[in-house]
Amino acid sequence: MRIGVPQFPGSCDEVDALLAAGHVGDAELLWHRDRDLKGVDAIVVPGGFSYGDYLRAGAIAGLSPVMDAIADFARDGGPVLGICNGFQVLCAAGLLPGALLQNQDRRFVLRQVELSVETTDTDWTSAAEPGQLLSIPAKHQSGRWWAPSELHAEIADQDQIVFKYAAGGNFNGSLDDVAGVCNEGRNVVGLMPHPEHAVDALTGSTDGLVLFRSLLEGATNV
Amino acid sequence: MSESSALPAPRDLPAGATPEGDAPGLENAKALGLTASEYDLVVEKLGREPVQVELAMFSLMWSEHCSYKHSKKLLGTLPTEGPAIVLGPGENAGAVDVGDGWTVAFKVESHNHPSAVEPFQGAATGVGGILRDIFALGARPIAVLDALRFGEVDGDVPHPSLAAATDATSDGAVPGAASAIEPTSGVGGAGDTATTPAPSIGDDDGESGRRRSRFLLDGAVRGIGHYGNSIGVPNIGGDLYFEGPYETNCLVNAMALGLVREERLIRSAATGVGNVVVLFGAATGADGIGGASVLASAELGEDDASKRPTVQVGDPFEESKLVECSLELLERDLLVSLQDLGAAGLTSAASEMASKGEVGLDLDVALVPRRMEGLEPFEVMVSESQERMLCVVTPDKVDEVIAVTDKWDVHGTAIAVVTDTGSFRIFDGDAFVGDMPIPALVDDCPLYDIFPEKPTASIYPAPPRRIADGLDAGAALLALLGSSNIADRRPLFEQYDSIVQSRTVRRPGQTDAAVLMVPGPASRFSVGGGADAGAGHPSVAPEAGASGDGTSAASGPISGVGVSIDGSGRRVAADPYVGTIWNVLECAANLACVGAEPLGLTNNLNFGNPEKPHIAWQLTEAVRGLGDACRAVGSPVVGGNVSLYNEGTTGPIYPTPVVGMVGKVPDVAVTSPVGFASEGDLVALAGSFAPQLALSELAKLEGGAIPDGLPDWDLERTAAAIAAVRDTVREGRLNSCHDVAEGGLVTALAESALAGGVGATVELSAFAPDDADGRASLFGEAPGGFVVTGSAEALAVLAERTAVTVIGTVGGSALCVRCADQAVNVSLAALSEAHGALARLFA
Repeated sequence: MRIGVPQFPGSCDEVDALLAAGHVGDAELLWHRDRDLKGVDAIVVPGGFSYGDYLRAGAIAGLSPVMDAIADFARDGGPVLGICNGFQVLCAAGLLPGALLQNQDRRFVLRQVELSVETTDTDWTSAAEPGQLLSIPAKHQSGRWWAPSELHAEIADQDQIVFKYAAGGNFNGSLDDVAGVCNEGRNVVGLMPHPEHAVDALTGSTDGLVLFRSLLEGATNV
Repeated sequence: MSESSALPAPRDLPAGATPEGDAPGLENAKALGLTASEYDLVVEKLGREPVQVELAMFSLMWSEHCSYKHSKKLLGTLPTEGPAIVLGPGENAGAVDVGDGWTVAFKVESHNHPSAVEPFQGAATGVGGILRDIFALGARPIAVLDALRFGEVDGDVPHPSLAAATDATSDGAVPGAASAIEPTSGVGGAGDTATTPAPSIGDDDGESGRRRSRFLLDGAVRGIGHYGNSIGVPNIGGDLYFEGPYETNCLVNAMALGLVREERLIRSAATGVGNVVVLFGAATGADGIGGASVLASAELGEDDASKRPTVQVGDPFEESKLVECSLELLERDLLVSLQDLGAAGLTSAASEMASKGEVGLDLDVALVPRRMEGLEPFEVMVSESQERMLCVVTPDKVDEVIAVTDKWDVHGTAIAVVTDTGSFRIFDGDAFVGDMPIPALVDDCPLYDIFPEKPTASIYPAPPRRIADGLDAGAALLALLGSSNIADRRPLFEQYDSIVQSRTVRRPGQTDAAVLMVPGPASRFSVGGGADAGAGHPSVAPEAGASGDGTSAASGPISGVGVSIDGSGRRVAADPYVGTIWNVLECAANLACVGAEPLGLTNNLNFGNPEKPHIAWQLTEAVRGLGDACRAVGSPVVGGNVSLYNEGTTGPIYPTPVVGMVGKVPDVAVTSPVGFASEGDLVALAGSFAPQLALSELAKLEGGAIPDGLPDWDLERTAAAIAAVRDTVREGRLNSCHDVAEGGLVTALAESALAGGVGATVELSAFAPDDADGRASLFGEAPGGFVVTGSAEALAVLAERTAVTVIGTVGGSALCVRCADQAVNVSLAALSEAHGALARLFA
């Protein structure tokens, strides 16, 4: 398993994503100006503030050459995970439904949250149990997931809501407590909390590993 | 941008050539902060009157901020040698050896006056500036901490729960101002704050002052978060005090740590005649012109809003590219030396590089990329535009250096050449506009003696009364927990990213000192990329047989560092010598709770105007205390910062020596949390602890005046107690460990109960000096005391080395304490509600 992590100017959590992905495979950085994905088997779009997020979170990164290639990779069914800013980038690039707005209190907040796994039928949650609770840190200023009611109803209907904040944990005001969603093909998943920061008991929790382990299940199923 | 075909070359000038232009003269020199005698000395050094560029550069280099002319003699008395010291004072930051060839570089720096004028950008650029000091050494920034001091934010009301109710309405006036400082609105939004009127100070019973303090707090916290969060460096700790004397002169001190292989540390000396000086990063504008001389080296006054153009605007995105670019340049071995541009911009950076290398420079300001038209040569030389770096490069490597800067979009430009003239010669194209001997600029600023004199009476008014005398112990505890100096800091620190880079083993609030894995998480797993993997960008390979469940972690101890920053000003106001010792001991005690042995210390001396005898006395006594305490705890000084002239319209700040300490943790998996861990554990008071009420937070709430002097302190005995606790923590014997600080023993017990989510029952005899009713034992303060929990055996081991008194048992859902006439019986829920009082400041 080879996993690519695109690095944009302003990325912050790319090394953390490399380390986490390293638990299940070889991980390497991909440069934002390159279209060459170096033949990787999966992509993790990392957190941070790509291009400073000055226009709108994820907006500029969504237009970068590497994201062009990642969009093709995703359309061909390749597994893509977007974490935090990566989720914002995937939404901005049209690969995931909805948008991420400023938190309801308009502040950056870091908090260890409980996520419930709403579906295990994705490339990134197949190793989890339905309804499993994961303790994972969230840290962002623009993490309030939102979609027009028709779109929200449609993706709920199609089981595309992958993670929800557990009861009482929706600190950013996300619609319907949504913390993460997937595309119709179920190979592209994005979430605001940081599973790559939950892979080592010494730094808090290992609950995030299940996302990366799901990749291996997918690979053996092929 | 990358046309480097014609590199800057030394200029041929006819013998006796002097710079063009008229000399602005003495009156202009005074307006820039030089004294008449300093001006005469400049004239003597140059052999003529300085022209405009020269006058601007001398006024900055000879400012207090750059020359330390009132403090340099004192600082020379501090201990700077120790077995772990790799880099002492004098470079951009100090550095200590943390083992296996790794060094941790660290330094604290103030951005007080900019933050008092414009808190968001002032604090943000404070973080940006200290980070540049770190990566200018070739070190990857791995952590930020901050020490913040503001005026009072609580009203004069009898109980904090009432304060929460009344302030909820008065706070409504603030968010309008604060909302203009939305971090994600970026530079544009941030710029708007320059036109947002800050609440001003009036005489409406102090409420407008408190409102302004809340505005400054909110802006500074947003600014620190904005910069640190956006650049991907975790903010792992800090401290926060609210005291009246900071109302018109808040303090924002930021400390940063970086990680680098010892052999990769790079110095800042410009060497090699003919080598080229390349400027990279942001373009130069008119922001921050005169910041060091006008803002940092004078007292604040009523018209500070008009000084906003001297506050710089920060761009963390630009800096994050600068970090990566600088580290890549060093990784590829392309640089002779590297220096950041901070206070006094190009003037300071270039002349200090030349001074250290004992060379001259020919610099052409016409080559400096601008973000605006019409800048005069002197403005280019003194601009404090942020996010710029300067490096010295051999001519053959210039193209490669510029290519790397282009890759990171921080386009480099060759602007100067190293010469053998010993002079800093400035050109504007063909025009010769400045010529100064480097030693005159950097070393020849006169150093001043200060004339200390102890004031006959306290220069600080007593704080306003908040609670009645003799409140029963339970009510007093609740009032303390809800007071702004003790209330839970979570609403503040959860606005910071404390976990990025995956080194943070103990998050803020979990332990008394922050704990980082060093070199880093990469060493925990099988990682490619060799020795640099921890600091660089590793490529990662799975360990053979990795199960993906975290069990592949390497076994054995995981090395790291513990870090803390401390510095209460009130105790230093009472007694500058003993108070400073207390600050150092508190910092060492915090490290002890995570088993960290001090390696080195950085300090930020925040004081008033040293030309006044009583301030000179505070400064002199504090530095004496700092030196004695550093020697006692075995923590030499690796460098620091001096911030003087911290006086607002209502007088000087409390003298505030802030100390940041880095200690070695042999195994980061073995630390003791603040919180009680298991029901049935014994609770003990450990250490060398003789608390007194006179200076306590309780006395402050009761409106008590600051005492004149603190009792002499047995420094060696306290240091020994701290070492004993540290070693016992390292042995993994203590299930919790928390040093007794503000609010005394009973507050420490409450904090451990809240952090652990479990109560305790405690009974003890009064032990404080002259304490008949038990009040001083429960609420008195002093360094050297710890609340520890563990088994009887564990406590017996600790008792072999320091005093240990078993005082109770962990358990239940309330804190029950009896001591002589005092009795506390409060539920965890009630403690928790009081402790959460700070949230309303960030609503």
